[in-house]
Amino acid sequence: MSAPKANLEVLPRSIQFVLALGAVALLAFPLVGTDFYLQMVTRMMILGIFAMSLDLLQGVTGLVSLGHAAYFGLAGYALAFLTPQGEAVSLWWTLPLAVLGSGLAALVIGFFVVRTHGIYFIMVTMAFAQMIFFLFFDNKALGGSDGIYINFKPDATVFDLENKRVFYYFTFVCLAGVYLLLRRLLWSPFGRALAGIRVNEHRMRAMGFGTFAYKLTAFTLAGALAGLAGYLWGAQTGFVNPELMGFHMSAHAIMMVILGGMGNFAGAIVGAFAFEYVLHALKDLPAIGTFNTGKHWQLWMGLFIVAVVILAPRGLLGLVERFLRRKEAGDE
Amino acid sequence: MDFANFLIQILNSVQYGLVLFMLAAGLTLIFGIMGVVNLAHGSFYMLGAYLAYSLSSQLGSLTVAILLGAVLAVLFGLALEWLLFRHFYHRDHLDQVLLTFGLIYIFEELRSMLWGDDVHGVPIPEALSASIPLTDTLSYPVYRLFMSGVCIVLAIGLYLLISRTRLGMKIRAGAFNRDMTESLGINIKLIHAVVFALGVGLAAVAGMVAAPISSVYPNMGSQVLIMCFVVVVIGGIGSVRGALIAALLVGLVDTFGKVLLPQVSGMLVYMLMAAVLLWKPEGLFKQ
Repeated sequence: MSAPKANLEVLPRSIQFVLALGAVALLAFPLVGTDFYLQMVTRMMILGIFAMSLDLLQGVTGLVSLGHAAYFGLAGYALAFLTPQGEAVSLWWTLPLAVLGSGLAALVIGFFVVRTHGIYFIMVTMAFAQMIFFLFFDNKALGGSDGIYINFKPDATVFDLENKRVFYYFTFVCLAGVYLLLRRLLWSPFGRALAGIRVNEHRMRAMGFGTFAYKLTAFTLAGALAGLAGYLWGAQTGFVNPELMGFHMSAHAIMMVILGGMGNFAGAIVGAFAFEYVLHALKDLPAIGTFNTGKHWQLWMGLFIVAVVILAPRGLLGLVERFLRRKEAGDE
Repeated sequence: MDFANFLIQILNSVQYGLVLFMLAAGLTLIFGIMGVVNLAHGSFYMLGAYLAYSLSSQLGSLTVAILLGAVLAVLFGLALEWLLFRHFYHRDHLDQVLLTFGLIYIFEELRSMLWGDDVHGVPIPEALSASIPLTDTLSYPVYRLFMSGVCIVLAIGLYLLISRTRLGMKIRAGAFNRDMTESLGINIKLIHAVVFALGVGLAAVAGMVAAPISSVYPNMGSQVLIMCFVVVVIGGIGSVRGALIAALLVGLVDTFGKVLLPQVSGMLVYMLMAAVLLWKPEGLFKQ
């Protein structure tokens, strides 16, 4: 009923080339971009890390988590609690601690959810994320529904994260690091085993793989990397609230991964950029007469999501890849 | 907690559980038979509540509003199934999740355009506005009993429909083996449409009946949807009986949690779910 989707693990040369150009453009962007766009692109890169972490589950292992935002938000809250009221806190121990915290939460929850399959996995990941959401939403001591302000960006000693350009490049390094790590992982025996689980878990078990441990490891790692993104998010915006762990955030992450194209991590980044851009553009739509189109962005967003599912279920990279393949077939 | 108070909490939890059941039954049937994850199911509950608000103020009677609203909701369900859902039965769960998530956005915005973003109240009909006194200070509103009554009648109706009628037999056959059912000459597409519309209708009626108590407000569907997911997971996907028992259980835990352990009440239900999953990973009544 739910056949695993054909994934794009290897991208055609031409797409790889364009993506490399994109990376160079990202590196050069702070030289020309204004502060507003600099912050926007930083946010896109953070979401790119978040989307890649989900892609490890969704695209590689075939586990659709509808609660991935929980681990994203937890690390943001970790930074909020670790930052004192009146001064900055060191990046060098809070970042690892926040990432570990998210990873640990994912390990504990993963222990419950990874034993479920298919639709159960979707519902249970969502329910656990809601549990964490309500933990923070209901308790004034944890910030309650209003959330918590983070008055100071983490102190990195050797560079100054308060500087928007420095923060941009720091995020870029994180993005590139996570991409390389996951790419390396994808082609390691561990990554191949995860891909095997996506295609046919029963067969993997028959071949002697302890799939539970593999899936739990992937879930934990994905949670920890989502934590990295959440920490950066908290540091950039200076504010965390329960919405960061909410149902919409989780669904947006799924959407980003789909929109770009699953299973190769570059797609997740493309998807995060495209999604954030579309969201920005829809909210900014001009008024037509008395009808304020931007105010109704939810309607356009909904229609956009439905259109992507119907027209481009393999995402933007999938569309381009199909186009290239057709062209090749036409040339021969 | 004295006896009168205890009785009130029990009645409240049963009433909440029964409303959850109305939604969860549709959700679990739609998944069990068509294999569709429907995140937009909460929107049908919201649709029902807003229909009750509009129709009862137009027609002046909640009962007429509920009857007319149920028909409208079923028609809406049929149209939606024909336009969209029918094409997603064979698609990946991932696509279904995204499609229905997109629908939540669409329904939520249409709601905002049609009815605005204010909270509205729906008046309780005069005949049901009384309260039954339990002690000098405590009493129980008749309308809540009426709500439970409506849900119980519908639950019995659903049980009879599925286990005692020819249509129910076809529905069960379709859930058990789709291809075989089809090759026996049963129009499975029609069965699917009927089941989907039935699910939409039940959710909308739940919303309409609950509207005078819960009032009518934006995003009311999302909260109830997530609770229904928990109910379906605990009960076992595809099992209507499981959904009933799980809904009552969730109602009890949630209601008593709010009274006895208010600090963690939001989490208790999810802890219950975690415990059930540890014990039975496929829910209490896996089909």
